[in-house]
Amino acid sequence: MKPKLNLKKQSIRIAVAIAMAFGLFSCAKKEDKDAQYYQDIKVEGQKEAELTAPPLVPKPVGDRAAMKLIVNMEIKEQEGEMADGVKYTYWTFGGSVPGSFIRTRVGDEVEFHLKNHPDNKMPHNIDLHAVTGPGGGATSSLVAPGHEKVFNFKTINPGLYVYHCATAPVGMHIANGMYGLILVEPEGGLPPVDKEYYVMQGDFYTKGSYGEQGKQPFDMNKAIKEQADYVVFNGKVGAVTGDKAITAKVGETVRIYMGNGGPNLVSSFHVIGEIFDKVHIEGGDVINKNVQTTLIPAGGSAIVEFKVDVPGTFILVDHSIFRAFNKGALGMLKVEGDENKKVYSGTTQEGIYLPEGGTIQNMPKENGTAKSVVAKTVAEQIKSGRELYGRTCFACHQSEGQGVPNAFPPLAKSDFLNANPNRAISAVLHGLSGEITVNGKKFNNVMTSQNLTDEEVADVLTYVYNSWGNNKTVVTPAKVKAIRAKPAPKVTAEH
Amino acid sequence: MIQAKIVLFSFLLGIGTTLWAQKTPMVLIKGGTYVPLYGTADKKPVAITAFEIDVFPVTNAQYLAFLKKYPEYSRSKIKGIFADKSYLSHWQSDFDYGKNNLSNAPVTNVSWFAAKKYCECQGKRLPAMDEWEYVAMADEKRIDARSKEAFNKYIMSWYEKPKTYANPIGQTFKNYWGVYDMHGLVWEWTADFNSIFLSGESRKDRDTDKNLFCGSGSVNATDLMNYAAFMRYAFRGSLKARYTTRNLGFRCAKDKVAFVKTFQNLR
Repeated sequence: MKPKLNLKKQSIRIAVAIAMAFGLFSCAKKEDKDAQYYQDIKVEGQKEAELTAPPLVPKPVGDRAAMKLIVNMEIKEQEGEMADGVKYTYWTFGGSVPGSFIRTRVGDEVEFHLKNHPDNKMPHNIDLHAVTGPGGGATSSLVAPGHEKVFNFKTINPGLYVYHCATAPVGMHIANGMYGLILVEPEGGLPPVDKEYYVMQGDFYTKGSYGEQGKQPFDMNKAIKEQADYVVFNGKVGAVTGDKAITAKVGETVRIYMGNGGPNLVSSFHVIGEIFDKVHIEGGDVINKNVQTTLIPAGGSAIVEFKVDVPGTFILVDHSIFRAFNKGALGMLKVEGDENKKVYSGTTQEGIYLPEGGTIQNMPKENGTAKSVVAKTVAEQIKSGRELYGRTCFACHQSEGQGVPNAFPPLAKSDFLNANPNRAISAVLHGLSGEITVNGKKFNNVMTSQNLTDEEVADVLTYVYNSWGNNKTVVTPAKVKAIRAKPAPKVTAEH
Repeated sequence: MIQAKIVLFSFLLGIGTTLWAQKTPMVLIKGGTYVPLYGTADKKPVAITAFEIDVFPVTNAQYLAFLKKYPEYSRSKIKGIFADKSYLSHWQSDFDYGKNNLSNAPVTNVSWFAAKKYCECQGKRLPAMDEWEYVAMADEKRIDARSKEAFNKYIMSWYEKPKTYANPIGQTFKNYWGVYDMHGLVWEWTADFNSIFLSGESRKDRDTDKNLFCGSGSVNATDLMNYAAFMRYAFRGSLKARYTTRNLGFRCAKDKVAFVKTFQNLR
């Protein structure tokens, strides 16, 4: 034992000497504990690892010693919902997409039990990026349905790592949801924070386009062309919105373990209305501060931290922004607590902006009024309404009026719309905000008022009312004019 | 027509030689060549000599009849080296497949050893992997439909249908040869199921087999085709001979009987 120790001391001495000679590490850096050091670390005790489904994470490791961890991971092929009314067969680690979160400490010895449910059709395996070894474990873990494979590894590099299935065809296994995160905490654990969450982005490829109802099979051609129909957080549209939003209180620090399973797309992760105080870039040691948007590679991760200073709903997006509003890459963080007017005032004044000065009271609306001299037929109204819709309404309410679940209410077969045309006119003229219920689903968002002429409002609403199974109400410019003449109603709409 | 006659003929002969009530009809598969997914070592297409194959996979009822004759293969008697613990685990008991399993559903949770034995006891054998793949590349109308997109989509769609193992045999399409259920019901054992070595790390496998891949001429195969077949090879690669799984059944084959050849020559 002794000579070995001496040798170690000696080598440390040499290392220090070299370091000093080069003038490196002079800035009081912690002694460099590298992979070699953690490889030799002894483990104390044994327990079964706590696994959690997103958005939750297991308890922090704290200052516990390295130990032996038993991970029991079950693979299930199961049907789930990609969006309301859209069914998809997911392949999962632990029954969720992303798969169960695994939390370890550097130096832990993990005994990994990979179990393939008997009802499954496919063989599977697992490649953990936290594993140092061929295939990241994949070579040792190919498991037939109804069987179990066991392999061991030691975590020798701290960081946040992706794991995924690597069975042929790899792309398809990942595209069906077979990915998750394994955290290897440093010695002593990550600094404690108030709230920790697990969010992972993924892109999905279905036979039908976004929102097409019914059972949707995987589409290999789209996957190869990288034309995703869905880009979502935590496996489905709306997995982190509405009732399922992640939450925090004003003054708390939130840490998100953010991963990207891919298979294809890189995420530009951003939280609207927040600035990341800290980002562990790519899930590694380097910390960047004051970051607006962080890039997360497919098969990569980041740890983001921020203190929430004001209440409200903060939207998590992939800032490749069409993915957020048209493909589902949208989540919510709801923060409760007292306003902090110093940090954010809210709207303090609302008025009309007149670049021409106070004397000219007309908004530039001549075009609209000129046209309205000749009354249009309903067909003409619908035609110009369709064009207007494409420019003005489409971004939120979507091409077929289907809306975006939990964010923007549908206009197609909308009970809210059909019940009260006057209210609809008012919403277009004055905007609408606060909670409303449309077709049994609650929405709480803001629609801005639209700068449209009476005729334009009439046309676009007539188009909407005569499309997608609505009740074919015809809205005339005169009607719009009458409602415009009335004072704007108080924001929240009764239902 | 000739083919149908042969079928009928061998079928009648079959009935004559055995008293098995639910004997599976067989059809003749004419010889030919094909290029498998993984290509071949000598870069030539694989030659398939004519053989016969069961039209359907083996059913629960048929397997039960076999067990009654060979009780050493029943659930409680079979030796651990021949089948793992899930062998026939969905059955009620040793000699009862229970109410939850159809008599004409394919028998699954059967090991390679047991499947091999079953076929031998019928005077048959398990089909070779190349034979199986050769038959499986046919759709309703053509011998090789592998480049047909709809065909591949059909195969792929099975992967997303849960619990197809509970379906009765003969409900999927009848292929060019008159064989049913090659796709869309269950996986099937082949005699040399693990002769294509997959390490389990598919990305590595793809690398090491690159030469096979490029030299085989199967590069022209569509990606879709590769994916559908890839999954079968991956599945087989995950198996050991004693393994049993819920989605894995089998059917039997046999060498072409000599007199059939004579018959054909006469024509």
